[in-house]
Amino acid sequence: MTTSLQNGITTLLGQIDAPTASFFTSCVHCGLCADACLFYTETKDPKYTPIHKLEPMRRLWQQEYTFWGKLMKNVGLSKPVTDEELTEWEPLVYDSCTLCGRCSLVCPVGNDIVYMVRKMREGMVASGHAPEGLKGATQRAIELGSPMGLNINTLKAQIKHAEKDTGLTVPLDVEGADYMLVLSSAEIADYPEIIGAVARIFKQANVSWTLASDGFEGTNSGIQIGSSDFAAELVGRIVHAAERLKVKYVISPECGHAFTALRWEGPNLIGRPYPFKVIHIIELLDELRSSGRLKTEGVDETRMTFHDPCQMVRRGGVIEQPRNLMHMVAPNFVEMPEPGVQNWCCGGGGGVSANHRAEPLRIQVFSRKKAQLDSVNVKTIVTSCSNCRTMLLDGLENNHMDVEVIGLTELIAEHLADKQEGSAA
Amino acid sequence: MEQELLLWVRGTGLQIAAAVFVIGMVYRMLHILMLGRKKSLAAPRGSEWSGGLRTMWKRSFVTTKLSARGNFTVVAGFIFHIGFFITLFFLTQHIDLFRAVLGLHWPAMPRGVIDMAAVLSIAAMVALLVHRFIDPVKRLLSDYQDYLSWILSFLPLLTGFMLLREIGFEYITLLTMHIASVELLLVIAPFTKLAHMFSTFIARWYNGAVNGFKGIEI
Repeated sequence: MTTSLQNGITTLLGQIDAPTASFFTSCVHCGLCADACLFYTETKDPKYTPIHKLEPMRRLWQQEYTFWGKLMKNVGLSKPVTDEELTEWEPLVYDSCTLCGRCSLVCPVGNDIVYMVRKMREGMVASGHAPEGLKGATQRAIELGSPMGLNINTLKAQIKHAEKDTGLTVPLDVEGADYMLVLSSAEIADYPEIIGAVARIFKQANVSWTLASDGFEGTNSGIQIGSSDFAAELVGRIVHAAERLKVKYVISPECGHAFTALRWEGPNLIGRPYPFKVIHIIELLDELRSSGRLKTEGVDETRMTFHDPCQMVRRGGVIEQPRNLMHMVAPNFVEMPEPGVQNWCCGGGGGVSANHRAEPLRIQVFSRKKAQLDSVNVKTIVTSCSNCRTMLLDGLENNHMDVEVIGLTELIAEHLADKQEGSAA
Repeated sequence: MEQELLLWVRGTGLQIAAAVFVIGMVYRMLHILMLGRKKSLAAPRGSEWSGGLRTMWKRSFVTTKLSARGNFTVVAGFIFHIGFFITLFFLTQHIDLFRAVLGLHWPAMPRGVIDMAAVLSIAAMVALLVHRFIDPVKRLLSDYQDYLSWILSFLPLLTGFMLLREIGFEYITLLTMHIASVELLLVIAPFTKLAHMFSTFIARWYNGAVNGFKGIEI
């Protein structure tokens, strides 16, 4: 794609729709969104106020869509958006926003600020102002099939390990299976135990499932960088694989933005509804629990808490399900302050973790999560997003905190009831 | 001369201002709505309408934990808006005007309540203005429209309060000033951020609709 200031401006103007216009019209500059953003609360730097991150886009809206703005522009009294300004805004739009959506929850006039940051990023990409780290991740995803540069051979090796560990067959490219499981790169590279965990749970619950060799990667760097074209290409691979295998459901992995990409943005990206349903792995596990197909035995007495991944919970609506699952096996499960939709981000979502320049800031703002954790004094954090998991591990390490981080699916798999008992029910 | 000015201000002047306000606001809101938005092709998990309507109402109350600066803004903002509405809709003289223009009327509130509401509203506005000067976040966000909107909203409250107490000027002068300040507000509001008095409900609806579609109760 050729990038230029003009491309960026045209793209941004094309992004302005009725919601955006109503949001910019309504903003009274009260600054409450600052209180909802960990990049402001942990630095007290006013430039991190969420609505301020949209200033170039707001001015374009004003200059093109309002009476006074147009008038001022015509008499040469308005400040045009320049390349220099977008360069200055790049760290605000990318490094200090994880698309967590907490600001959209607090705005008293009702502005969905993160909805606009997502749009702003489209203009940043088109004008050539996306961070190098994210550009690299997106390029690897498009060219190699994964932002971490993994390929089908890496997955096959992990499948072999899982099969050896569990003694079960991990189905690959099985046509006509009910469910197609998608993974995230971090799972394949860093937390491959998820494959064995899912295999064991699905064996017990008698779920017909498969992985797809041409659609196993759920991480969507296109969504994070803000390029609908790339995002559509990445989602399209999964859709194509699911259609080829004629599955009824595609399971979104423990990865926040993969869920947003696949569940909510995907059909709009490819321009048509899916012939299958998308379900988050945690939603599916909770369905299996409530229908009696997922049974656990024994409990883990460790004092644990659950970290809500923003895209799964606040922006994804999978809120009670992880809690139902936690209660199955963790009698000493405690909630952090402000749990569920109000939860604070790990600091590394929305492409921040792939953006090396953002690292010092990300480490600094982990103080918010640390304060939440300090107040509950737990030994283990359970979460259901592999990126959150990595960010939590990193933050805990930087703060010398002795807390274990595990994935919810694995926690459940560790407590699966004996197969005979399960199938006897 | 003063009599003539008052007659114009409360007659033709008010008619022009009201017409500009109504036509301007309708144009402004339609202009927003006509931009439209893409219908989502994803499978819904809930209703856009129930989410939208819920947020239109619920967002009047902030449920997120805030810092001291945030809490100050919310409390002062509430006092200002509620005080403004009480004086606007529940003062006998205003109700008489609404009855004359719209044919609708409702019971008035006692003068003591109106006085209190006006004083609290004025005090909250002054406090919010000072906060806008000293709070680094608000200072960074603010532009001329914030101060213009403040002046336009403040003048009717101030002149109205002076009028009820006959402070500073003759009754006729105060009445002329009060009505003129309202007209200024009516004429400029549709073209400034004061349009948020209506657009905020559109904004809340869209925000809530996204959550409603996803089945998230916020």
